[in-house]
Amino acid sequence: MTPLAATTQLLEIVGAALAAPAFLGWVNQCRAWLQNRRAPSLMQPYRGLRKLLNKDAILATNASPLFRAAPYVVFATMLVAAAIIPSMGTGLPMSTAADGIALVGLLATARVFLSLAAMDVGTAFGTLGARREMMVGFLAEPALLMVLFVAAMLSRTTSLPLIAETLAGQAPALYPSLAFTAVAFLLVMLAENARLPIDNPATHLELTMIHEAMILEYSARHLALMEWAAALKLFNYACIGFALFVPWGAGNEASGPIGLLLAVPLLAIKLAIAGAALALLEILSAKLRVFRAPEFLATAFLLAVLGLLVHLLLET
Amino acid sequence: MAVSFSSLQVCLALLAAWLVVGFAGLLRPRSIRFAGRTLFPLGALCGAALATVAGLSLGAAPESRVLELGLPGLPMHMRLDALSAVFLVLLGAASTAISVFSAGYFRKGEGTLPGLLCLEYHVFLAAMGFVLLADDAYSFMVAWESMALSSYFLVTTQHRIEEIRRAGFLYLLVAHVGALSILLGFGVLQGGSWQFTFDAMRAAHLDATWASIAFGLALFGFGAKAGLVPLHVWLPEAHPAAPSPVSALMSGVMLKTAVYGFLRVTFDLIGLQLWWWGLVALGVGLFTAFYGVIFAAVQTDMKRLLAWSSIENLGIAFAGIGLAIIFRGSGLGHLAVLALVATLYHCLNHAMMKSLLFLGTGSVLHATGERNLGRLGGLIHRMPWVAWMTLIGALAIAGLPPLNGFVSEWLLLQAFLFAGDVPHPFASMLLPAGAAIVALCAALAGYVMVKFYGVVFLGQPREASLSTARDAGFAERVGLGLLALGCVLLGLFPALIVPVLDGAVAGLLHVPTSRWGGPWWLLAPERARHATYGPPALCLLLVVAVVLSIYGLRLVYHRTVRRGPAWDCGHARSDARMQDTAEGFGQPIRHMFEPFFEMTRKLPSPSDPTPTYAVTVGDRAWKLLYLPIATAVHAVANAVAWLQQGRISTYLMYSFATLILLLAFVL
Repeated sequence: MTPLAATTQLLEIVGAALAAPAFLGWVNQCRAWLQNRRAPSLMQPYRGLRKLLNKDAILATNASPLFRAAPYVVFATMLVAAAIIPSMGTGLPMSTAADGIALVGLLATARVFLSLAAMDVGTAFGTLGARREMMVGFLAEPALLMVLFVAAMLSRTTSLPLIAETLAGQAPALYPSLAFTAVAFLLVMLAENARLPIDNPATHLELTMIHEAMILEYSARHLALMEWAAALKLFNYACIGFALFVPWGAGNEASGPIGLLLAVPLLAIKLAIAGAALALLEILSAKLRVFRAPEFLATAFLLAVLGLLVHLLLET
Repeated sequence: MAVSFSSLQVCLALLAAWLVVGFAGLLRPRSIRFAGRTLFPLGALCGAALATVAGLSLGAAPESRVLELGLPGLPMHMRLDALSAVFLVLLGAASTAISVFSAGYFRKGEGTLPGLLCLEYHVFLAAMGFVLLADDAYSFMVAWESMALSSYFLVTTQHRIEEIRRAGFLYLLVAHVGALSILLGFGVLQGGSWQFTFDAMRAAHLDATWASIAFGLALFGFGAKAGLVPLHVWLPEAHPAAPSPVSALMSGVMLKTAVYGFLRVTFDLIGLQLWWWGLVALGVGLFTAFYGVIFAAVQTDMKRLLAWSSIENLGIAFAGIGLAIIFRGSGLGHLAVLALVATLYHCLNHAMMKSLLFLGTGSVLHATGERNLGRLGGLIHRMPWVAWMTLIGALAIAGLPPLNGFVSEWLLLQAFLFAGDVPHPFASMLLPAGAAIVALCAALAGYVMVKFYGVVFLGQPREASLSTARDAGFAERVGLGLLALGCVLLGLFPALIVPVLDGAVAGLLHVPTSRWGGPWWLLAPERARHATYGPPALCLLLVVAVVLSIYGLRLVYHRTVRRGPAWDCGHARSDARMQDTAEGFGQPIRHMFEPFFEMTRKLPSPSDPTPTYAVTVGDRAWKLLYLPIATAVHAVANAVAWLQQGRISTYLMYSFATLILLLAFVL
């Protein structure tokens, strides 16, 4: 492991953990502006986390150890996922241990733990949220996997940094398969991160919630970890999108420390644009009924499979 | 004087030892102590020894042996090669844990006498061993039938219950239809030489038509045992009927003998292979996997749910075999090895995790007397050991890293990634859609496991009687622990196990073995370019991240933890009946895949003073396939019934007429 690789790796993990709440804050800020409201500060999510960390934790009387362990497991999974997604540099030693398929597996692990924890206390809302989350998940997960499959077939590897490097190294040409999968990925990203039109992150109307319903029983530090993990998840998804569809500008061994230094502001710019676009997309769409969610996700799944077929039909 | 025994001899001796242990049960047939304290542990020891011996023989050359047993002139041929050894390891390892569990499981007054049960159980184990070692069609069929019969008696342990007798009969029926097909398959395979040893079959040259017929018969026959749709109907009936260790053994091990038989016939005995066979097996396998998992999602009986999940997993295994046949038939032998290694790994995984889950349900059943998910809940507080071990099994079967289910999924998807290399344009387009279905099934398996685990072990207890449930006894805990350990080890160290499987498969396909890359912690198959997976490292990363987040947060947060009533969004009254039920959890699946289910709804009328709502979900296979067959059989039987006049003189007339007819033929 070269010093540069170690630096990149460390930067990716710490950067993701620290920047994720800011990205969420930025999306909220953009959304407020677009809705003609006064926007909360970019630091608002950090303040929320600090407030939660300073509180006493309350656990339901019948909460099991699984309930207490879940926030740590979910957070750790998201952190490890952040470590293997090439956002700033492609020389990631840790990505040897887990490739793109394992990334999908890691996200699934987080989802399953979150759902199990939601069922643990045995309240109506928790179990309802768990059921809905798994319903969204079982269609979103294969769709994401198929998106990665297309990229893996294009670059003949499932290792994420190699995919990013291969795609960045090719002459910028329009791959029809990537166009299909980009739309599919966008839909998956909206659904998996509890954004509109599947879930409303701002609502507190219980019957329409998915993510909020699952973490209702959490408080204080456990809630802080869950919120932080959710922010990290959004950040991770954005970075997966960059690695697959706008892979240019990530640092590597060839570009050296300068490349890495340049990659940081470039990532910030990418995130700023992506966040603004996400906010725009959200204010333009209305929430779907829960029963319509499967159609939305089935569309994503079919688009991803279509991308795969288009790849085999036109690009080989 | 040092006496050396060959591995095959030791394996045969161990199978014989199982038989001896079984018959010893007859010495004191009523004593549950004798069976539980002495015989089942002895059986477990034999199993462990068998796994060890077979494992050690994995690198060695095949050995064969002729046993002068049975009918004169028809000796039994036995052969131990790498493929048999892999499945013997599976049998030995899984049965060890299940026998240990059984030592503490069987109680008084449950149908069959304990000594007799012990006999059936060990005959079942030995028969499975002989199936794996048989090297001629006679021994194979004898062992295969003993396996079916002994397991039939095990399924009908509680034979006083009508429903269980029916389930047992259905199982026996499907097993025999399958066995008939296998027998016919062997008849085709001997290719006119009338020699029924497997060596003669390997040497026989079949043309494409006959080879295809043999393949079809094998797919049907072994598919009936593996529960491929539409021959799956016995599984969801027989598994809930059988005692839990027997369900574990049937699901974990016996279904794998079908995979073994199918591999043996298609890759070893039939000389040639046509690539389109693979499409058939892949299609059937994928459909089975999908069908199995959506039905698992709507079940309300925990053992039935697991039975459907077994159907799904066997479907995945057959899909892997189908993929391997496509690759091999297209001249891509190295990719066929990748697909077969994934299949074998999946079989090993499934033996561990499904046995674990079935045993877990057994403990729950003993503690609560309930199989119905609607009457369980909150058992993680009452039965922590069972709950945590079952959690490992549930996470593993949901295909989550770093446990074992994910490894075989990873390998299979890697194999699918090369679908574009298949030289048949039609197939290379279709295959990636197969990968999509595999991914969908894996995700749905996660859904099923969250439902299963969440409803049984989490939440509030749905019945007051659950508060007296006790955790499992010592032997049961050890059995569960062993299987959970198996799940973890298979998950963490695939880099040590996969090369061994590669050797076995490469020998079967006559392809050179390949490197599986990297150090002991890294799975980097040479056959799949640029793909690496290092579960120990990944696990370490996760653990470090968890520890860091625990201790990192300690520096900043308020440490106190208080307990209080559940908040539930401020709703004052919240009881166990307000939790989501098993039916509710299955509702989205029922809604989305409605055409696959046969649903009957009972809706109350608006004026009903005591409204009830009920929905039952049935299997369409009954109406579409089995009932028409049954009706046709009835019709034929009725049509020939007029022959039976009930008068002896008429029957004598028939005999006389037949004789005349035969004489006319002869002369």
